[in-house]
Amino acid sequence: MDILPILSTLRRHKLTSWLLVLEIALTCAIVCNAVFLIGQRLQRMDMPSGVAEHELLQIQVADVTTPSNPYARLAEDVAVLRHVPGVLSVASSNQVPFGNSSSNGNIRLDPAQPERTLNATTYFGENLVPTLGTRLVSGRDLQSDDFVDVETAMKGLGNGDSKSLPHVTLITRTLAERLWPGQNPLGRIIYLTPVVGLRVVGVVDSLVRPNAYDTAKAQYTMIVPLRMGASKDQSYLIRTRPEDRASVLAAALAALKKADPQRVVTTQRSFDEVRRRFFQDDRAMAGMLVGVIAALLIVTALGIVGLASFWVAQRRRTIGVRRALGATRGNILHYFQTENFVLATFGIALGMVLAYGINLFLMSHYELPRLPGAYFPVGAVLLWLIGQVAVLGPALRAAAVPPVVATRSV
Amino acid sequence: MVPMLATTSEFFAMFKVPFQYGSAWTAADGSSRARVAVISSDLNDKLFGGANSVGKTLRLKDSDVRIVGVMKRWRPSPLFYDVRGGRFAEGQTSSFYVKPEGVFMPFFSGLEVNEGNFWQFTCWGKVATPGHLQDAPCVWVGLWVQLDSATKVADYRTFIANYAQQQKLLGRFANTDTRMPSLMQWLVFNHVVPSDVKLQTWLAFAFLAICLFNMIGLLLAKFLRRSSEIGVRRALGASRGAIFAQCLVEAGMVGVVGGIGGWLLTLLGLWLVRRQPVEYADLAHLDIGMFGLTLALAVAASLAAGLLPALRASRVAPALQLKTL
Repeated sequence: MDILPILSTLRRHKLTSWLLVLEIALTCAIVCNAVFLIGQRLQRMDMPSGVAEHELLQIQVADVTTPSNPYARLAEDVAVLRHVPGVLSVASSNQVPFGNSSSNGNIRLDPAQPERTLNATTYFGENLVPTLGTRLVSGRDLQSDDFVDVETAMKGLGNGDSKSLPHVTLITRTLAERLWPGQNPLGRIIYLTPVVGLRVVGVVDSLVRPNAYDTAKAQYTMIVPLRMGASKDQSYLIRTRPEDRASVLAAALAALKKADPQRVVTTQRSFDEVRRRFFQDDRAMAGMLVGVIAALLIVTALGIVGLASFWVAQRRRTIGVRRALGATRGNILHYFQTENFVLATFGIALGMVLAYGINLFLMSHYELPRLPGAYFPVGAVLLWLIGQVAVLGPALRAAAVPPVVATRSV
Repeated sequence: MVPMLATTSEFFAMFKVPFQYGSAWTAADGSSRARVAVISSDLNDKLFGGANSVGKTLRLKDSDVRIVGVMKRWRPSPLFYDVRGGRFAEGQTSSFYVKPEGVFMPFFSGLEVNEGNFWQFTCWGKVATPGHLQDAPCVWVGLWVQLDSATKVADYRTFIANYAQQQKLLGRFANTDTRMPSLMQWLVFNHVVPSDVKLQTWLAFAFLAICLFNMIGLLLAKFLRRSSEIGVRRALGASRGAIFAQCLVEAGMVGVVGGIGGWLLTLLGLWLVRRQPVEYADLAHLDIGMFGLTLALAVAASLAAGLLPALRASRVAPALQLKTL
């Protein structure tokens, strides 16, 4: 197909051609970036938690009257839950992975250090490693004699008695690697305050923070042997088989209610729900972006259909003349298809530059990474396809123009 | 479980909280630490079926509390007086749009009723009693002050700075940095507009731009297709201005019809948003002002898009068109 006559025709329709090129360019730029944003969101939603999500349940209860001994109450509850049929393991925790509400501490490697090294989240609770199902990579798990009641620890903090403070901690592999790259973390000390130094006794493979907003810092996690009493902020975590979750949850709630009918269950959910809730904004945004891409492509396609129809109608007589001079239907069809391809190519080329510009803008405002080159061909192919699909109708109509048109009303 | 706010009686007047039944507690109730409460309309609907519950008793933890007032529906958005920590949320601040608390109690009464159950954040010293706020070396009070003139603001700033100095000398405060943002500064400081919403706004305008290019192209095609008709009109005496006006009216009509179509789509979209489990879901509705604004924008955008095609159409040479009829 000869491109030169097409270009010279387009030069006669400068305004409409430019409009189409600009529209394709803008669509291409936005589609490239939107596809990239969707990819980012999906990647975020896939963030690993390091726990056996399909086997875990979370329950929170609030007492109407404050229990006289919250530690005994917590131990009783855990014992009650352990006896529920189908329960494999029970833990109590001040926070849960992807649970949003979190307890965090500033870590120092030297107690005299003025600025923190980083901020990590702190899980407090017994039996967390086996219940959550995170793997111990090195060292040992926390033992019951490591644990200190939170009240005792607070008093110890108050009167400077370091004996009543916790002394050890578990950390994640990522945190160990960040604090002591390439070295053995076991036996090292992490300072939460100048007097609270915790010796690393074990490293777990992975355990995500409750507030995992920033992927880079999502695994900055410690487990500290502090025993919290029963309270509305404490969660009971139950591990069970995936297929037993619904029945175990119902039985566990019934058992807790039986132990004390007065209290109120404030949270009861599986970890699948915890994850769904944590990433709901990302899912909603990804869904919206898919909708926007679809709408944009439809709008652009309609624009192409409209302008192509106009050009076909305008050139009816020219087409008739060409047909009368021997052009086949295929020639006419290809002419309009090539014309659209040329316009789309101009638009895509301009769109790539724009896409890059939009990405630069987003990078400076929303802490997004650079748009990988792989997204450019995606946008290009999408727009070429849309262009060809949209122009097919008008081009077929053009091809159907009979040669006899040439002889009329000349 | 219902969230509670411990505050002073001036809260209601200062923030113009509307009451359905009863009223706020008095300053005397506040200083005598009376067990009284104001409840939200939602809680009143839930507990008392929306009836006048003033004088009824609520059991809050271990205390009996008498209801003195029931609010009308009150939905500040964002919940400005509870906004904090937004700088650390990486732009995920949609939780600032939750409903207000269910129970409001006098400041000290609230502290007493919930004693031992508070969670201390942002402390600069050792916490003597966990769950106890008063005299804890922690940030635990949000103070709102209404100051009616710039001089009063300046005076208050000095007062706060002096207070901090004095407390540091007494050994209570660790540092003497003081800041007193205005409400709007406070909201900006806490990034109350979630970053996703900002992104969506950009996206909306980019979409509008593409639609405008599309519309310019289509209107151009539409008008020029009728070149011969325009030629006849011009030959019969219509001025360029008349053709221009006709085309613009057409573009405007497209805008009106499009705006109404868009309104229906908006209702559908808002219905989808309301089904999302986000804090601001119940806020997603279209009021008259917003509808008017979008309709005006639709018409204005259509007219702007129609300018160039209308100009082109009005330049159609009548003689040339008549010849080809």
